Amino acid sequence: MLALSFSLCRKELAVGQVSITVNGAEHILELEPRELLVYVLRERLGLTGTNVGCDTSSCGACTVLLDGESVKSCTLLGVQVDGHEITTIEGLATNGTMHPVQEAFHEQHGLQCGYCTPGFIMAAVSLLDETPNPSEEEIRHALEGNLCRCTGYQNIVRAVQAAAGVEV
Amino acid sequence: MATITELEVGRVVGAPLDRKEDAALLTGQAKFVDDMSLPGMVWMAVVRSPYAHARIAMVNVDGALAHRGVIAAFSGDELADEWQASLPCAWLPTEDTAQPNHRPLAVDEARYVGDGVAVVIAESRSEARDAAELVQIDYDPLPTVIDAEKALEDGSPLVHEEFGTNRCYTWNLATGEVDEEFAKADVTVKERYRQQRLIPNAIEPRGVIVQPFPATGELTMWSSTQVPHIARVTLSMVTGVPEAKLRVVAPAVGGGFGSKLNVYAEEALALVLARRLGRPIKWIEQRSEGYQSTTHGRDQIQEIELAATSEGKIRAVRAKLTVNFGAYLQLVTAGTPLLGAWLYSGAYDVAAYDFECTGVFTNTTPTDAYRGAGRPEATYAIERAVDALARKLGKDPLEIRRLNFLREFPATIASGLTVDSGDYDAHLDAALEILDHDDIRRQQSERRERGDTKQVGIGFSTYLEMCGLAPSRVLGAIRYGAGGWDAATIRFLPTGTVQVLIGTSPHGQSHVTTFSQIVAERLGIPYDDVEVLHGDTAVAPLGMDTYGSRSLTVGGVAAYHAAERIIDKARKIAAHQLEVGEDELEYENGTFSGNGNSLTTKELALQAWTAHNLPDGMEPGLEASFVYDPPNFSWPSGTHIAVVEVDTETGDVDLIRYVAVDDVGSVINPRVVEGQIHGGVAQGIAQALWEEAVYDEDGNLVTGSMMNYMVPSAAELPSYELGRTETPSPTNPLGVKGVGETGTIASTAAVMNAVVDALVPFGVTDLDMPATPERVWRALEEART
Ligand code: FES
Ligand code: FES
Repeated sequence: MLALSFSLCRKELAVGQVSITVNGAEHILELEPRELLVYVLRERLGLTGTNVGCDTSSCGACTVLLDGESVKSCTLLGVQVDGHEITTIEGLATNGTMHPVQEAFHEQHGLQCGYCTPGFIMAAVSLLDETPNPSEEEIRHALEGNLCRCTGYQNIVRAVQAAAGVEV
Repeated sequence: MATITELEVGRVVGAPLDRKEDAALLTGQAKFVDDMSLPGMVWMAVVRSPYAHARIAMVNVDGALAHRGVIAAFSGDELADEWQASLPCAWLPTEDTAQPNHRPLAVDEARYVGDGVAVVIAESRSEARDAAELVQIDYDPLPTVIDAEKALEDGSPLVHEEFGTNRCYTWNLATGEVDEEFAKADVTVKERYRQQRLIPNAIEPRGVIVQPFPATGELTMWSSTQVPHIARVTLSMVTGVPEAKLRVVAPAVGGGFGSKLNVYAEEALALVLARRLGRPIKWIEQRSEGYQSTTHGRDQIQEIELAATSEGKIRAVRAKLTVNFGAYLQLVTAGTPLLGAWLYSGAYDVAAYDFECTGVFTNTTPTDAYRGAGRPEATYAIERAVDALARKLGKDPLEIRRLNFLREFPATIASGLTVDSGDYDAHLDAALEILDHDDIRRQQSERRERGDTKQVGIGFSTYLEMCGLAPSRVLGAIRYGAGGWDAATIRFLPTGTVQVLIGTSPHGQSHVTTFSQIVAERLGIPYDDVEVLHGDTAVAPLGMDTYGSRSLTVGGVAAYHAAERIIDKARKIAAHQLEVGEDELEYENGTFSGNGNSLTTKELALQAWTAHNLPDGMEPGLEASFVYDPPNFSWPSGTHIAVVEVDTETGDVDLIRYVAVDDVGSVINPRVVEGQIHGGVAQGIAQALWEEAVYDEDGNLVTGSMMNYMVPSAAELPSYELGRTETPSPTNPLGVKGVGETGTIASTAAVMNAVVDALVPFGVTDLDMPATPERVWRALEEART
């Protein structure tokens, strides 16, 4: 009896199947309506590179690309991205070669503890996609939704400039 | 940036090498606590008091137990027998320091909003959190006190009834004829400053996982901590788990800034519940929860007085602190303000000194170390007071500083400690040159003359810092509960790569890179052949962990000495095999030569492993350990200059330039050093201009989430202009002084002195942090009326 009502209750919660393409691979998932995208990525798919730094959509540690544009994955429900494409930090390198933004963070010492880094990198990739040659001012404003407590941001800004091909 | 292939072996120290830490972090492969899960793992959620002070009349966990997925739930009472000792406070500065019994879950009384009252264990994160809301608790609210000065008044509500007072202790340090100096002074200044409360905000929240091994009684804890070694010792005492059966691991840790220099209730709870339930337990802090349950920083009232001659020579300093400790003593709550106790005379040669600190309990989250811990507060007070003195004498603040600088080293300062080395004119000159001081002053006077609504202010901070915690004997003398040494083991493996096991525990500070550089250079092997292992008591059992800018100055020096021991042993083997006297052997970049032959350290590692041809009686293997206890603190110094533009109509402060010239002694990796300074400066600027934790009268944290506590983003902060001077520390063979906190220590004073400098013509000199538009505007309004 108990087992039955338990599974019934599960059924009620489930919304059926959701199909999400993550880093090029399609996943068919059964999600509860309240599951946040960030936990779908981290706990259902084991993609723990996307981090969680807050509960108020303030820190940007969870930033991923949704159809190529940066979003905070803690502000979306898994069910909302049905049929969409997600790129996480794990999907950025190609054939073992780091993306130019990853390289630039490395070369410019744009990370210390590295917890904010995946979020910053995804935000920067999205920025450079829209604005290939941003000014320092534009970079600083575009990254406003991402918080870093270690670097003081200067080397993050430099890294984005370097990735954009500016001599830094 | 230089890469290792461009560098000759033996030219590694001092080079801006790429960080070894980066690859895992850049690709999402680094494993933070929340990235791990274990088979059979269950989740913990803590039920917290919504009252700042209340008697706990009843706790009923039945509702939670009935919730789907819940395995267990306990009140504080039900777990009371698990605790063999209070949560640790490692520093009781006086014999009569009041130390409350701090249980991981409150029993009878909750003493701050966020105090843990009950705990729930469930199959999943969300089930644990949902069920936590079903725990029924009846509270009888009690009177609260939030402000430290009010808490000292007669009749104040008491945080801990049993002490009959909210005073935790009063601690003094006095030298010289202070009263006489004040009596005969040409001029005195007396200032009162507020160090507002701050929330550290490491971007990774805290978290812990404990795995029990019931058959043997062993437990392994992964925790987002700065102090795995200290956690192991103290949690063993709290929980009764034998230390030898407890392994603590700090995996990738996402920043700490002092907030993870602690041993927390949730670690103790996860340990005893994993032991009790026989299942792995995980707890991950939610950010807003952490705002209440992770330690805060600062929160002091500072009174500082200077006695000086009419030329501006400072003769004596008196400083008096009233510090808000919050409801309990966490690991170093009581000692934190005292880390600044010796520094209220700054970089200046002063004859007499009197420091007094009173710690006070209130119904707030405990305060503890936050980047700089005691020293930013000291620097802020003395540097602002020096400006006040300059204003009183009508002199240039730089003239006063130069008149008073310590100039002969080693220098014994007023508070009695000895400063190792320095050249304060050098960094001041260098900073002024970067700034183009004359030009900025010209702009300032032009704006003043034409009555521009945007006024320019220039602020200086010529700071002296004491770090490299610390000579163990000194720590003992000031009643700290542990030593200040650190340890390193170097193991040369038979195939020629090297493991370095270190006792410090990095969480962003680049120890893997920096320590690799030290060891690669000494052993004459490629940087990439060195692996640095840390943060695991099973791998590197000896260590004192990472805080207080100690890792390089203590742990790095231990690694250096361990490498020397490797070289000594390798030399003996080389002498034996090459058939020459040890002193006839030349050693350079990993090669011993003599008698027309040579052997490399790598070759000798293999020889030591096969042990076929070693000197009589020598132990096989090429491995060495060193435990280093520093003979002195280390003493970085520097000049930071802030230039601000203040809108006198709106109160808006715009930080337009920030110059920092630091002398942190010799530098192992300039890129890493620069990064540390950037980050530290950003945190200090943020304290000066934006951040403040605010409680209401009832003890609710008004700034309760990242939405209303202003952690700055890239958009608010400027680019920093850095310079460096170098006086190597003579007390350690690397000449290093430490760099983790300089930025935070120097910067609040520079920024606030700049804001005040802009406002002096309007009669505003009394201004507290953070200099928000509202606070500046009000100060201007008050001065106008
Ligand atoms: S976790 Fe902080 S914004 Fe998503
Ligand atoms: S590198 Fe630590 S938070 Fe950004």
